[in-house]
Amino acid sequence: MIRSVPRSRLFDGLYLAYLVAFFVYLALPLLVTAAFAFNDSPFPSLPWQGFTLDWYLADGVEGRTGLFHDDSLLGALWVSTKIAFWVTLGSVALGCVNAVLFERLQFRGKEFLYLLMLLPLVIPGVILGVSILVFYSGTANEVSRLWGIELDIFRPGMTLVVMGQVTFITTLATLVIGARLRKFDPQLEEAALNLGATPLVAWFTVTLPWLLPSIFGAAAMAFLMSFENFNTTVMLTGSDTPLTVALFNRLREGSTPVLNAVALFLMAVSGLLAMLTLRQNRGS
Amino acid sequence: MKSSASRLSLWLLLTPFLLWIVLLVLVPHIQMLRVSFQVRESWDTLAWGLEQYQNFFTESYYWRTFVRTGVMSLFTTFLTLLVAFPIAWYIAKMARGRSKGVLFLACLIPFWASELVRTYGWMILLRESGLFSSWLQALGWADGPVEMLYNDVAVIIGLVYNGLLFMVVPLVTTLDGMDENLVEAGYDLGGGHATVLREVVVPWAMPGIVSGCIVVFMLTLGSYLTPVLMGGKDSAWFTEQIFTQFITRFNWEQGAALGVLLLVLSSVMVWLGLKLSGQSLRKVMG
Repeated sequence: MIRSVPRSRLFDGLYLAYLVAFFVYLALPLLVTAAFAFNDSPFPSLPWQGFTLDWYLADGVEGRTGLFHDDSLLGALWVSTKIAFWVTLGSVALGCVNAVLFERLQFRGKEFLYLLMLLPLVIPGVILGVSILVFYSGTANEVSRLWGIELDIFRPGMTLVVMGQVTFITTLATLVIGARLRKFDPQLEEAALNLGATPLVAWFTVTLPWLLPSIFGAAAMAFLMSFENFNTTVMLTGSDTPLTVALFNRLREGSTPVLNAVALFLMAVSGLLAMLTLRQNRGS
Repeated sequence: MKSSASRLSLWLLLTPFLLWIVLLVLVPHIQMLRVSFQVRESWDTLAWGLEQYQNFFTESYYWRTFVRTGVMSLFTTFLTLLVAFPIAWYIAKMARGRSKGVLFLACLIPFWASELVRTYGWMILLRESGLFSSWLQALGWADGPVEMLYNDVAVIIGLVYNGLLFMVVPLVTTLDGMDENLVEAGYDLGGGHATVLREVVVPWAMPGIVSGCIVVFMLTLGSYLTPVLMGGKDSAWFTEQIFTQFITRFNWEQGAALGVLLLVLSSVMVWLGLKLSGQSLRKVMG
């Protein structure tokens, strides 16, 4: 069923209807979530009561607290941002090193190590979280029991969350950066070396600029994936809850339009980040 | 001199990789396996034993949920493939120029939102006070509020929604590379739609199908938010039990055993998928 094969009009109509239905299915949940962020009613449901910005701006005086005055949500947003920053830094740095390792060097056991590198992708996120919790937190408990030394950084909290997320985001960063490095023409680097550059100078002036778009792409992806992650994060989080966990706890108490407001805010931020990355990639 | 310099650079690059894979993946998983075989005799003494695994097989609630989760994940994966294939085909083979890129980007839109936000959107649509219920009443098709949330159908709708992107992208990528002459030749040689699909298109798209299915299956099996928030009392998910053991009961040994079982299930399914389709992990993922 390609363009050059004749088709009946009925088939075309059905196909088109299916496409439309599909994209409605994709967009509907997000559209309604966004719309109810502005409904002037304490519940995110019909009927429509009119437009309001209360769910962003209200300061709690009339019993409504908007997102920008909700200290616990803003705190959670800040925790998530800090986590995402460290995860991005760690996984992109590791991703660069891994990409060079697997694309440019030849060594024994490379095939096996490459499979190990892919491993985090086929382990469910819950299990990644659980295993890191069991090992690090368990070790901290043992050390405390045997020698009375408190290894607080290995207790559930921000460090463990960052470690858990870096585990699988590094694999994705490696794949993104590695795919770009594969297309690099090594002769360019050789030319730089022939012209008298040291390997380090050649790397920073020739190879790295070539990789830059993929590094930005990987960074944007890492940031978003870290920000949105729930399954690994929830096992490892301590008292400073990140946003997804805070939203989940709120949602179990009951839904309010503030949740819609946060959701729309998050969509806007990710959309912006995605757009910037696309533009960046198109520019080069 | 040259060889010692290249050795040095190899080790410089290998060390971060090894630290990452050993400290964050291998050692924690080995420890999880070890803990799952430990039985707590008193507050500070442990013995080796199979108690946790025995619990799994004797308490029907555990293994029933396990089987249920596996079967529902398989079904969801299959359904996602069915839903995504015509879309991927349209984007790869029927759309032209600009509309191709636009449609492809449109498929990515749901992933501007996290799983939590997507699930929340479905809850607003499907619940008793939700939009579908209001619309049905407004149209006069229902007399009172209709509850469409908290059942298995709702869970599957949500899970398919979560998986779609990971199915569409690999399918579009492989179908894009297919020569349309192959399809035409299939028709010229007298094949019908079904024959061409079975003999030409599906074999060509196999790497994409396998990689999409593996990712969707893994995501579905390991998902937590969608089944917990959209499922009813009877639609327990296996990840939920792992969370319960760790977070509410503090029974790490049992939780670790359940975790190992889930990991075994997902590894076996991935391995089977690769074997049956004759693909390798490297080709499918890397």
